[in-house]
Amino acid sequence: MIEQKPKQRVTLTLNGRKVTGDAEPRLLLTDFIRHTLGATGTHVGCEHGVCGCCTVLIDGVASRSCLAFAVQMDGATIETVESLADDEGRMNALQEAFRRHHALQCGFCTAGILMSFTDFLRRKPDPTREEVVDILGGHLCRCTGYTNIVDAVMDVVEGHAPQRDIGAA
Amino acid sequence: MNDVHDQATRGRPSTDSGAPEALAKTGAARPYVGRSLHRREDEALLTGAGRYADDLPVPPGTLVAYVLRSPHPHALIRSIDSAAALDLPGVSAVITGQDIAKLSDPFLVAVKEPIPQWSLAVERVRYVGEPVAVIVASDRYVAEDAAELVEIDYEPLPVVIDPLAAVGPDAVLVHEAVGTNELSRRDFVYGDPDAAFASADRIVRLDVEFPRHSYTPMECFVVVAEYRRAEKSYDVLANFQGPFSAHPVMARALRIPGSKLRLRTPPDSGGSFGVKLSVFPFIVLMGLAARIVGRPVKWVEDRLEHLLAASTGPNRFTKVEAAVKADGEITGLRLDQLEDYGAFLRAPMPGPLYRMHGALTGAYSIRNLAVANRIVLTNKAPAALNRGFGGPQIYLALERIVQRIGVELGMDPLDVMRRNLIPAGSFPYRTAAGALYDSGDYPRALEIATGEGRLEDLRRRRDEARAQGRLYGIGYAAVVEPGMSNMGYLSTLLPLAARERSGPKNGAVSMATVNIDPLGAVSVTADTPAQGQGHITVLSQIVADQLGLTPDEITVNLEIDTQKDQWSIASGNYSCRFSPGTAVAAHLAAQKIRDKLARIGAKQLNVLPEDVELSGGKVRSRSNPDNALAFGRVAGTAHWSPIMLPEDVEPGLRETAVWSPPELEPPTSGDGINTSLTYGFVFDMCGIEVDPVTFQVRIDRYVSMHDAGALLNPMIAEGQIHGAFVQGVATALYEEFLYDEGGGFQTGTFADYVIPTVCEVPKLEIIHMESPSPFTPLGAKGLGEGNCMSVPVCVANAIADALGVTDVRLPVTPRRIHEMLMGAEPEVGAGDAS
Amino acid sequence: MKPRSFDYHRPKTIAEAVEALAQHGDDARILAGGQSLIPMLNFRLLEPVALIDIRHVPELDHIRLDGDMLEVGAAVTQNRLLAWPDLARHVPLLAVAMPWVGHFQTRNRGTVCGSIAHADPSSEIPLSLAMLEGEVVLQSPRGRRVLKASEFQTGMLSTARDSDEMIVAARFPTTFTGKAAFREVARRHGDYAIVAVGALRLPGGEALVGIGGASDRPVVRRFRLDGGDLGAELDALAWELETYEDLHASPRMRRDLVRRLAPTVISELRS
Repeated sequence: MIEQKPKQRVTLTLNGRKVTGDAEPRLLLTDFIRHTLGATGTHVGCEHGVCGCCTVLIDGVASRSCLAFAVQMDGATIETVESLADDEGRMNALQEAFRRHHALQCGFCTAGILMSFTDFLRRKPDPTREEVVDILGGHLCRCTGYTNIVDAVMDVVEGHAPQRDIGAA
Repeated sequence: MNDVHDQATRGRPSTDSGAPEALAKTGAARPYVGRSLHRREDEALLTGAGRYADDLPVPPGTLVAYVLRSPHPHALIRSIDSAAALDLPGVSAVITGQDIAKLSDPFLVAVKEPIPQWSLAVERVRYVGEPVAVIVASDRYVAEDAAELVEIDYEPLPVVIDPLAAVGPDAVLVHEAVGTNELSRRDFVYGDPDAAFASADRIVRLDVEFPRHSYTPMECFVVVAEYRRAEKSYDVLANFQGPFSAHPVMARALRIPGSKLRLRTPPDSGGSFGVKLSVFPFIVLMGLAARIVGRPVKWVEDRLEHLLAASTGPNRFTKVEAAVKADGEITGLRLDQLEDYGAFLRAPMPGPLYRMHGALTGAYSIRNLAVANRIVLTNKAPAALNRGFGGPQIYLALERIVQRIGVELGMDPLDVMRRNLIPAGSFPYRTAAGALYDSGDYPRALEIATGEGRLEDLRRRRDEARAQGRLYGIGYAAVVEPGMSNMGYLSTLLPLAARERSGPKNGAVSMATVNIDPLGAVSVTADTPAQGQGHITVLSQIVADQLGLTPDEITVNLEIDTQKDQWSIASGNYSCRFSPGTAVAAHLAAQKIRDKLARIGAKQLNVLPEDVELSGGKVRSRSNPDNALAFGRVAGTAHWSPIMLPEDVEPGLRETAVWSPPELEPPTSGDGINTSLTYGFVFDMCGIEVDPVTFQVRIDRYVSMHDAGALLNPMIAEGQIHGAFVQGVATALYEEFLYDEGGGFQTGTFADYVIPTVCEVPKLEIIHMESPSPFTPLGAKGLGEGNCMSVPVCVANAIADALGVTDVRLPVTPRRIHEMLMGAEPEVGAGDAS
Repeated sequence: MKPRSFDYHRPKTIAEAVEALAQHGDDARILAGGQSLIPMLNFRLLEPVALIDIRHVPELDHIRLDGDMLEVGAAVTQNRLLAWPDLARHVPLLAVAMPWVGHFQTRNRGTVCGSIAHADPSSEIPLSLAMLEGEVVLQSPRGRRVLKASEFQTGMLSTARDSDEMIVAARFPTTFTGKAAFREVARRHGDYAIVAVGALRLPGGEALVGIGGASDRPVVRRFRLDGGDLGAELDALAWELETYEDLHASPRMRRDLVRRLAPTVISELRS
């Protein structure tokens, strides 16, 4: 028996702003962020939790947004790639390092990777290269071969990047 | 803000000192080309402001499509009952093959055989994942609900999966009307291979099998289609990558002239690697769906669909034989290539079997060659473009046989390579099968790569490991990497008489346009829908150099609109055609407009046009640099004051350049074919270790030597090499599409189709040398595919060396290592005997 | 890849959660981290009428020492437990096993009890629970019951949980404080293990060895660290296992991984 369920009102904080939308219980958080709230910087790569393209911060914690439902997020705080640059649109240190190190090509997986490291570097500002590799291991990138991504993160970690913080919580 | 990437560009002049603006003012001929400028694409992509196909607004009232696919590898469709699905609120239509066959024709194919394929299965399905129906609904969730309610009565038929079985006796036929699964066979002979084999000291033989795989981009297919009833035309946005030779195929299927199929591409694409050619049947399908429902229709492919049946490189079974002399000289080569294209031959297949044709002898001066090219159909998803495109397949055979020659003659495989490399000083070099290699010095490249202690280090690592009883091996691979395909190569598929009947095909038309507006602002369009390679940055470097501006002053738009933009049959983003092709067209277009500005400026500066140069934002006299006008002022003349223009100068400032190099000739009567314009060189070597506990392969050290001619942007070039390298590692050790014997698809998720993460990726050492191509004004060759060709076989050779085995089946998974390593299992209680 | 429709419940207490579960029974699913459940929903492999989201039940969000047990509530994520500062002291096996669970990003949301409920034969947390003879605490309208790990996991992806029961906590004994080691073979970092081996040093020169991924549920054995013929004993164990075939390994390969990987993990206990 196929029956659609009534939509529920979902209010959450997206990138510092309170926003509201309606969602059927089964609506994936990815679809809610992208199509209901219009924040298309978060991408959908596999919808089964492997590729990491859709990674956002849910209450400060990097999570696959394809493995969560919008209705679960009522009252939550979500941060996406759109939150990283400052109000004037200047990129933060991590974004700048990605650019300098050619750590992206098509850019489709990049938002998720930036969000993973936003969470991780807040928790651990001085990781080893091995730890950075371990975190990046939760993402698939088809273009870059990964090395430049690790270099970019290590550049921020080692303080070579121009010092603007990466968005402390 | 043209800051310089100083990491990847060791020792390159003009990258690590001096502001670009200062360089521009010096009037250097090429202040920007050749430098590692950071990418202009990046800021939008890094801030979430990219505009990928699924991010763009759609017309009001747009409906969403879901493609229902066959669960059977081979079956008759007895009936399709859509009633329950249509009763579901939100469902507009369930479209079947019967509907499609009324409104469209089968796609054109390269061989004249009865293998019709429409955009939906008609009467019969021939592979798991074949589209059977389209559900059009208010949203994707509802469409998937409805798909579960469509009742399809299938009558399963016997299947054929193994390509060798498919050409064997009593095989199940994929297309009964053809009468065989071996759709085409052509035999080619160059030189006198029979004599070479008759006089050989030894004949070395090997069978190799290249797997099915795909470099699956992270973004799947997206199509938004509208049908304009009044104009009887289709307007479609899709993340299509080209080649635009598919455009006439689509238009013919839709029964319209090409001008009635307006195909547009989005500003950004989430990668392609050849795969997004294969969105083309869905462009037709969604166009028809939009026509049937009378509303715009959007389809976003999901990952299950993508892995199941979006696209795959063909698997190939090759029997290779080499006639060799005792000193390692290869005097003759025989190849029997059986390539498995799945259930249909989709345009431009069988490209992978012919794209390398001129270069079948790789980097070696082998003059006697016999080749059988055979196309087989099986009950698998149709094969199409995939980065490397025929290269990985041929080099697996060629470089494995070189390693085997070494083993059988008791020589180091590296010495076998050296013995046979095309000598320095012989370029341009015409190969046995007709390729005209443009430039290079292969022996020197080998010496550079193996020099500075690198080869000694690899050998020391192997010696030390073996002394401890560890399983360590060294592999090598030499690869000639083609760039910019000759549109005529595919006609080598046809015998001479048939070629003459269908008319000559050759060349590779590239196009770009430079436009300057009334205030001097410069914009560029070109025939390459970029897929993440940084083409905007490189084109802005090229045009800035010609116009004496900075790259920031050049706006580049690579969205393509086939109704409005320049494009031709070869257009698109594939087969390494950017650097030898589109980049050259942009260079020529900028030159044309520069020459025009020089003539306009000459009149205003009262000097001869030959005395005018464009630099630092000025149009100035070379002999008297103080005599100068602002660039915008001179450019504006062409718009504001046509009467002030010199007599022979047309008003307006818009120049399109068309580039089609004369070296790309049609096949000769002897089936010689110069398959590509440029030929780069890659030499790889690696050391690997097999872990006898986990059965995993660890790449210990990997060195890749590249000669891609002049590098337009070394940072971007190295990015391409890194990416191709990891994809090569994926082919060597991880990725394969697998079917069971019954035709069931076994690798339908990212848990089963195993793409390496950073944790699986070894360090890569890249070395460059530059032998500029004499055949292009920029001297640049393609370089994006070489490591997809070299890495799989280089790793396979190292594994063969480590384990002392002959047969190395890719990808070399732990399961396959286990099979190679372990003999019969000891009896209960006997312990681990090995 | 969109899920079928379901009702969504967000209880605030265990009582509310159990009541919602009682309403729907087998037709409902507990949603905790969702890292295994939601992919199956997206694949449309499951058809629950209702999801009961227990992330907002404060009673389930605890990590506490209780006698000889470390109790982990059903809403506790894997990364929260991994970051618990006393983990290595009280349950050293979990401290070495849990970094192998999925990825940082999935551990951020995936729960400890969710992994136990999913009962994948190659999962690290059920293997650890089995090795330690830990417990699963189940709640239903009929009350609370506690099952031993070996009673709870009954086969591949199957458990002794009744349809009206929910896991409220897992309890890991804190009495195994000897040296622990853990290794697994997977196609990639973070993938489900082809074979996983945990080892724990016991007093009296014994080693506790757990094997995941080699049969339908974790297998635990004791071996003498010194003296005995470890190779022969592991070979005997390998033959006992009802190994299975999948894409990544044959039964024979799984047996060989047990024979070869287990000694290397056990040897780490000696150092």
